[in-house]
Amino acid sequence: MSNYIKLIVLGLIAIFAAIGTNYARDLAYQVHAILVMVIAVGLFIWTLRNTDEPDILVDRSGEYMDGVIRYGVIATALWGVVGFLAGTFIAFQLAFPALNFEWAQGYMNFGRLRPLHTSAVIFAFGGNALIATSFYVVQRTSAARLWGGNLAWFVFWGYQLFIVLAATGYVLGGTQSKEYAEPEWYVDLWLTIVWVAYLAVYLGTVVKRKEPHIYVANWFYLAFIVTVAMLHLVNNMTIPVSIWGSKSVIVWSGVQDAMIQWWYGHNAVGFFLTAGFLGMMYYFIPKQADRPVFSYKLSIIHFWALIFLYIWAGPHHLHYTALPDWASTLGMVFSIILWMPSWGGMINGLMTLSGAWDKLRTDPVIRMMVISVGFYGMSTFEGPMMSIRAVNSLSHYTDWTIGHVHSGALGWNGMITFGALYFLVPVLWKRERLYSLQMVSWHFWLATIGIVLYAASMWVTGIMEGLMWREVDANGFLVNSFADTVAAKFPMYVVRALGGVLFVAGAVIMCYNLWMTVRKAPAKEASLTVAVPAE
Amino acid sequence: MEEYTLLRQFADSWMLLLLFAFFVGIVIWVFRPGASKEYKDTANIPFRHQDKPATSEEARQ
Repeated sequence: MSNYIKLIVLGLIAIFAAIGTNYARDLAYQVHAILVMVIAVGLFIWTLRNTDEPDILVDRSGEYMDGVIRYGVIATALWGVVGFLAGTFIAFQLAFPALNFEWAQGYMNFGRLRPLHTSAVIFAFGGNALIATSFYVVQRTSAARLWGGNLAWFVFWGYQLFIVLAATGYVLGGTQSKEYAEPEWYVDLWLTIVWVAYLAVYLGTVVKRKEPHIYVANWFYLAFIVTVAMLHLVNNMTIPVSIWGSKSVIVWSGVQDAMIQWWYGHNAVGFFLTAGFLGMMYYFIPKQADRPVFSYKLSIIHFWALIFLYIWAGPHHLHYTALPDWASTLGMVFSIILWMPSWGGMINGLMTLSGAWDKLRTDPVIRMMVISVGFYGMSTFEGPMMSIRAVNSLSHYTDWTIGHVHSGALGWNGMITFGALYFLVPVLWKRERLYSLQMVSWHFWLATIGIVLYAASMWVTGIMEGLMWREVDANGFLVNSFADTVAAKFPMYVVRALGGVLFVAGAVIMCYNLWMTVRKAPAKEASLTVAVPAE
Repeated sequence: MEEYTLLRQFADSWMLLLLFAFFVGIVIWVFRPGASKEYKDTANIPFRHQDKPATSEEARQ
């Protein structure tokens, strides 16, 4: 019966997309309509071929749903490499403008590729990592199979479709020009549907848990899912100009729009890139170190302090703008108070290793996780400092900001994700161990040196740029033109791009290592898996 | 009173107090007597049920 409903819905979507292809007002919409039409027709045929087949019901309630997590792990690794490559390419574009090829103007110039890079690393790499690890963690810590059956598969594939629509949209000019929220209205609507399904799967699993307590990692993951839903809805309150076109107009106007955008933007950092990844930290570091988290009490205080404070920090992106002073002061003060929960969380993660510090010498995976928490501490120190109005007057609009974002994103989000992937692949594919620990060490050092090159060159060029912009002569005239700063930045841009090359190289080594783990590493003995006594 | 001023005044007073009291309450609750023992068990959740879900008999309700 449900297959007939699916067929009707898919048929209607295919017809609507076909009409959309015909009436499309712009290229991005047209390409997306064709894409949706092809996918809907394909799914229609697939569903049709499976309709009225005899149902083979297998009771799988006695095992975890790991298939979707395996797909998520693969997607994370692949999108990661794509996102890092895009970033490295645009870094070279900034150093050598000739790479903005004439023949690709309007499609592959820096302005079009930059949102492709940011979305690929944040939403494709980070988002897939969060979805996959959250599905893994919620099942293990709830001792229950994922709720909702195939809904988890819908979340996975629906999210991939969102990524493809967003990425192709940017290249073809379908963007609403809001940082980290570039996708246009119909892509936003699709993400809303997928996200509600994600929340349902996650909450459903937590509700039917067999452990009396909800482990702290789940609190962080849940805060991430709920808050991102709220941010996404409020920041994308747009009215489409036409149902056959991608252009839409936001209902907020002027400074309200700016404030809502940065309330969204900073909490994308706070809840997507921080709360969600802290969920990873609170599960995978204890697992890899084989000891419980340093202080469970601290983790609860960490959680509530973090979510109560982060939500107010957004206005620090709008110092010296039309935003009222009280609002930007509020954002600045809350950013500085954030030092405490951030460092509390960092200490909790690091001290989980107390009594097992020797593992740092023997286990490169735990080394990766520890350096990620170290970068978390560094960038959460740097961020509040840059939010102070006086510091911001020097750092804003300079490359210092870019360096700060990358020490957080490459160092904290990247490294903890790599650590989680190294943990997950042997477990999910039932292998005894990773293919090569030496390769993990290579990855560790390439990535770390890459980040250091990146952050250091951006500090130098950012502060230099800020100082050059504000330099005045004895008569009060500005000394440097904008082009002077661009010329002065060239060597640092080359160093930054080389740092990116090292980081990509590390990620490629990781992909090879994980691939060979699945292919070649010895399979886990069956006796080992059943030997664990049930409590 | 216009809407903005009203909401602003509420946010600056009662809501602020409520959120602050909630947070202080959490901190006090975390340090309640007997919490350490319970949290020790909770912190060990990741080391149970690694391979398959708990059956209803062994559920720790």
